[in-house]
Amino acid sequence: MIIAFGQFLEVLVSGLLAGVLYSLVALGFVLIFKASGVFNFAQGAMVLLAGLALVRSLDFLVANGLPFWAAIIAALLFAALIMAITAFLVERFVLGPLINQDGLTLFMSTIGVTFIIEGGAQMLFGSDVYPLRLFPSDAWFLFEGSFPGGLLVSKIDVWGGMIAAVLVVGLAVFFQQTKTGRALRAVADDHAAAQSVGISLNWIWFIVWLVAGLVALVAATVWGTKLGVQFSIVFLALKALPVLIIGGFTSVPGAIVGGLIVGAGEKLAEAYLGPFIGGGIEYWFAYVLALVVLMARPQGLFGERIIERI
Amino acid sequence: MFYRETGQFKTSYAADMQIFPIRQDRIALWVVLAIAFLGIPLLDQLQVWPFGGEYMLRAILIPFLILSLAAIGLNILTGYCGQLSLGSGAFMAIGAYSAYKFGTGVHIPLGLFNLSIPPLPVLPSILLGALMSAFVGILFGIPSLRIKGLYLAVATLAAQFFFDWVFIRVKWFTNYNSSGSVSAPDLNFFGYVVNTPIDRYLLCLVFVSIFALLAKNLVRGNIGRQWMATRDMDIAAELMGIRPLYAKLTAFAISSFIMGVAGALWAFVYLGAWEPLAFSIDRSFQILFMVIIGGLGSILGSFLGAAFILVLPIALDQVPHALGVPISVETVSHLVFIVTGTLICWLLIVEPRGFARLWLTGKEKLRLWPYPY
Repeated sequence: MIIAFGQFLEVLVSGLLAGVLYSLVALGFVLIFKASGVFNFAQGAMVLLAGLALVRSLDFLVANGLPFWAAIIAALLFAALIMAITAFLVERFVLGPLINQDGLTLFMSTIGVTFIIEGGAQMLFGSDVYPLRLFPSDAWFLFEGSFPGGLLVSKIDVWGGMIAAVLVVGLAVFFQQTKTGRALRAVADDHAAAQSVGISLNWIWFIVWLVAGLVALVAATVWGTKLGVQFSIVFLALKALPVLIIGGFTSVPGAIVGGLIVGAGEKLAEAYLGPFIGGGIEYWFAYVLALVVLMARPQGLFGERIIERI
Repeated sequence: MFYRETGQFKTSYAADMQIFPIRQDRIALWVVLAIAFLGIPLLDQLQVWPFGGEYMLRAILIPFLILSLAAIGLNILTGYCGQLSLGSGAFMAIGAYSAYKFGTGVHIPLGLFNLSIPPLPVLPSILLGALMSAFVGILFGIPSLRIKGLYLAVATLAAQFFFDWVFIRVKWFTNYNSSGSVSAPDLNFFGYVVNTPIDRYLLCLVFVSIFALLAKNLVRGNIGRQWMATRDMDIAAELMGIRPLYAKLTAFAISSFIMGVAGALWAFVYLGAWEPLAFSIDRSFQILFMVIIGGLGSILGSFLGAAFILVLPIALDQVPHALGVPISVETVSHLVFIVTGTLICWLLIVEPRGFARLWLTGKEKLRLWPYPY
């Protein structure tokens, strides 16, 4: 009994911590959706781009004899610069000309952006699996007194959780306290009204994509340490979609809670349902869960109620 | 000057209602059909360039036809009825695997009695497979009554990942083949075995022609108008007396049926032996791009989009070789990504309604030509 409970806790904790990583990707989606109404399919590709830029420049600098800490800082700055350039190009050449188009067109254009980033990132930085070692990757054993064998918690997951918490607090402060943050919220509320009080839409959209790019960079450091920077990050990022559905497209807390639900849910399902219906449930569980939530509550758990007018 | 309807008087309702009201369009259609049905087999027989060998038929024309069919299917759902779907690959896979099961015999042990269907000939198994696909399409279309747009896209994504998993994990579908890959039964149509590339090409052509005609007629009829009304504004359509349940679910059913046929053809005729990877999410995106680039809400656009998306990587592969620029296979695949993405963005900016719209604009210009107005 107590062994079963220990196992349950272990699965739950590892699921919750994995869910934090989904939340990190989902956060980028929510930021852009809130501020510009664009559903940014390219977020996963941006994680890939940020990860590749980071790991390749880090390897390059370390190979050229820079001390590790300096190389990390330089590589992070370089990756941030790449994300800024991406944000500028996307705003200037894709979203700028598409201003006032309907949501579906904008969504499809971000699929186009996804392809460009995926192709470009791999062409510039290579397409192998690159290991990234920023955080320790071993594990802790907790509560060894209470459960036989104790609780296995991997350090990288805990790091991910802490980083996500810092990120959320940082974003909250940015949105609530700074001038740019207030302008962002104004644009999210009403484009035309925001323009009329002198807020530049193009600038705001650049900022939003930049912030989303930096969130992608943070996600990339954690994902990359866990799995190595590789193309399949894009598919993991696709899992952020059900997270958004469950949490609601417009809610930052929703993205966090949705990620935790998806992470814990799929690990538990894999551990307890998997043996009966043949493993690999993780592959689709999140999507089917999202489908069920959609049927019951179309706007997600924390989303704003969808009101339709003719 | 030579393309205008002036002087073509309609003297009966039938003439007024025909699919192509302008005579020049009808002539053009017959010419295209004649080239497709007679010209290409003849060229193939004579082995004229570019038909030397089987490359042209095998690698370009057959996949082009089948993917056009899939694009028509998705266009009915997304272009005409406005329901965004990212699950085309899943519906193609259901068509393919069901057709395979019907073609090799179905045995379902149910305890007291066993449900058992003997192996069916190819044509009925393809059609039954497509019916299964339509059935699943209706099932996954039910959420569309409550949710729409991007939310629905995620629901169809659920279908995509779920069926990917089902066809990999549930060994029953692959007849317990250890490698997970299955090979199609003989393509025996009423005693005639379709085997050579040109036969396969003609087989696909027959299917595509029939379903394109069917789709063209559906979208200009009652049901097609219901779809378009639902797409343009579903609440207004409902107020006008269109039942959203009926309109959306028929769109899902017919679209999945056509995609099921396309999937079965893709597996049986093009691939021959396949594994679940053939119908992954990449396939769904490929078909979605065909529909977007070709033009949402246009049957012709499905063909144009399919031709473009299919030929683009081949062209990108060939051009540097022809110019003598050394370029690695990897770089080419990345270039294909970049160019496809750029073209999608560019097309959405300059012409959100795709190639079909450019074609229409061209036709309008041609009607006035040589006068500016």
